[in-house]
Amino acid sequence: MLTGTDITAGYRSAVISGVSLTVRPGRTVGLAGPSGSGKSTLARVLALLHKPFSGTVEIDGETVTGFRFKAAQRTRIGVLFQQPRLSVDPRFTLRQAIAEPLGHQEVGELADLVMLTGDLLDRRPHEVSDGQLQRACLARALALNPRYLICDEMTTMLDASTTAALVGVIRAYQARTNAGVLAISHDATLLDRWADETVRLSAPPPR
Amino acid sequence: MVNLEIDRVSVRFALKGATVEAVNDVSLRIRPGECVALVGESGCGKTVLASALLGFLPGNAETSGSARLGDVELLEATDHELATTIRGRQIGLVPQSPASHLTPVRTARSQLAEAARVLGGDAAKAAERAGLEPEHLDRYPHELSGGMAQRVANALALVGDPWLLIADEPTTGLDRDLVDGLLDEFRRLVDDGHAVLLITHDLAAAHRIADRIAVMYAGRIVEVGPAHEVLDSARHPYSRGLANALPEREFLPIPGQPPLLTDLPDGCAFAPRCSRATAICEDRPVLTDDPHAVACHRPC
Repeated sequence: MLTGTDITAGYRSAVISGVSLTVRPGRTVGLAGPSGSGKSTLARVLALLHKPFSGTVEIDGETVTGFRFKAAQRTRIGVLFQQPRLSVDPRFTLRQAIAEPLGHQEVGELADLVMLTGDLLDRRPHEVSDGQLQRACLARALALNPRYLICDEMTTMLDASTTAALVGVIRAYQARTNAGVLAISHDATLLDRWADETVRLSAPPPR
Repeated sequence: MVNLEIDRVSVRFALKGATVEAVNDVSLRIRPGECVALVGESGCGKTVLASALLGFLPGNAETSGSARLGDVELLEATDHELATTIRGRQIGLVPQSPASHLTPVRTARSQLAEAARVLGGDAAKAAERAGLEPEHLDRYPHELSGGMAQRVANALALVGDPWLLIADEPTTGLDRDLVDGLLDEFRRLVDDGHAVLLITHDLAAAHRIADRIAVMYAGRIVEVGPAHEVLDSARHPYSRGLANALPEREFLPIPGQPPLLTDLPDGCAFAPRCSRATAICEDRPVLTDDPHAVACHRPC
């Protein structure tokens, strides 16, 4: 179980306060809410990328103690971001991008999983479409067999067919590994179809 | 008010050892008071087509065909001509990701005032029409939310009172409420006699405001027709697959991946992914000439 309890977090001022959320193995939790309601902040806290002001994060019963770059628990959580172009080193080929967490270049199985073919793997980000790059990001996120996958507006840049394809890949991964998924989106129709349950953050108070 | 007549436009990029066929033989007419949505997945050539109309292509691009705006041939116009008579004055561009398109070190007001001065428009009116409050204008781009940055970009595109607005993925990253508000603003412009070319991968957005939808695949228009017909009774297997992939419908992907634009098949580019393909699809299908046109040998 990936659990955030009573999380208050933000940057200078708090964006979310006292929020609790649980992602169970094998389940998909949707996270919805208007712009500025703190969806991404909560995602970053649960992905151990951002230290909350207060509250605790637990992964399978272990309390998270470090939010520093090399947090050992980090590798149990995979993350996918909204803009694949900002999340891949532009100097890497897709093969190198997928291989980075693996530590070796044998990416064949992962590439098959997301349906990237040989020729595309040797291209750099500027030579492929957003959809193809997001496929590579998904392969990279699954490289270390995470127990949980956090998808922060993963489909924003994608057409309907690529969205359906990537959700299909994630569901197949879940069926195989019983991983839990947190799916963040402003698209209520998508979450209705994708998630087992959806949590809604309310709009931020006017500042 | 004039029409935009795009006639058999192709755009190629010469790379080392390869040619990217980004736009192939695209014909499309946009009239005043009409919203046309150009729909397709990322990388299918939509943005390249828009760039060609505005003279924003990089140096290694070769264009052919014709794009006429009244008496002006856009593909042959000089940069000076485009800058002084077309851009901002006759064609306004709402760019992809407006927040990164704005100058980060100047307030929205100062950028809008500059555009108004150069184009001879009214900054206050444009801001009001785009739904901006005066206090928003004194903010710097990083202080604007995505929705507000979008409105500033709209105001900038509208300040010179162009009759055609090209909006390139304007809804990406916005909440549904903001998307609906933005689309309603576009629709009002269309109802006022403007024309809007909406470039998007969002079928729901296209369906909401477009009069006609053109579906692009691998650089070609494969289907064009009235918006509800294209979405609800698509004739091209690709359009049908795209509509069926929507989460409110089947939510099933189209099998396979689009072809590389450096290595397009001679026949129908969709045939390798198409369940209806037969030997006849090795010949390239031609877009028919009716109000709901399709480029397919075996339409649905």
